[in-house]
Amino acid sequence: MSVPINWYLVVAAALFSIGLYGVLSRRNAIGILMGIELMLNAVNINLITFWRYLDPVRITGQIFAIFVFTVAAAEVAVGLALVISIYRNRDTVVVEDIDLLKE
Amino acid sequence: MVPVIIFVLSSLITLGAAVAVVTNRNILHSAFYLILAFVGVASIYVMLEAPFIAVVQVLVYIGAIAILIVFAIMLTRRLMSKDLVQVNAQWGWALFGAVGSFVVLGWIAYSVQWPVSVQTVPADSITLIGEELLSTYVIPFEIASVLLLAALVGAIIIGRERE
Repeated sequence: MSVPINWYLVVAAALFSIGLYGVLSRRNAIGILMGIELMLNAVNINLITFWRYLDPVRITGQIFAIFVFTVAAAEVAVGLALVISIYRNRDTVVVEDIDLLKE
Repeated sequence: MVPVIIFVLSSLITLGAAVAVVTNRNILHSAFYLILAFVGVASIYVMLEAPFIAVVQVLVYIGAIAILIVFAIMLTRRLMSKDLVQVNAQWGWALFGAVGSFVVLGWIAYSVQWPVSVQTVPADSITLIGEELLSTYVIPFEIASVLLLAALVGAIIIGRERE
């Protein structure tokens, strides 16, 4: 007995929602980035699941997941550089205190 | 029966670690739970017969992204000690939105009749990935390398100390 496709999709939906909660509720900018990583992982689980169950002969789903990996790596590198730069200038990583444009 | 047990175990590890990531008061412990969540996701990839993706997950997410996040936490640690409040004022609405998104997405995923294929994964799927990346998808592949270079240069420029 193999695992039905729906189970994978429900797990991915749960992981995405947990990441969404992290993004919306964290005050620390690095915590928000970690939530985004969880959401990207959920998307990748969906891509691989659809590849495996709907079209396993062509390899398109895996290629798409590899590009998501690439973009995630670029995003986290730039994001953390921004966080460290803001920390150096404003002495905080709490997103509520980073309100230069409001003043 | 065995695949189901392994699937349930790896899903529980992944989701439990993910909940710990978003709720833990110590941001450094959150980063460690994030590594555990990545390991759980890698085991899900193995179950989906995508071994290359599982290896890339361990290499890129655990080996690069998680380590980078731990570095950033260490560099900004002084202000985020664990006695500070870690959630903002609208965390109740955030929880509501997250639960709502799970209900909607989970209901859609569960109720749709997906046209599941009976075909099996080709035995040389890793060879196939390499061939496709350098033939059909060669332009996106090259653009991705330019994107990585741009992100690298941008991160160095943003992060360096200005005199």
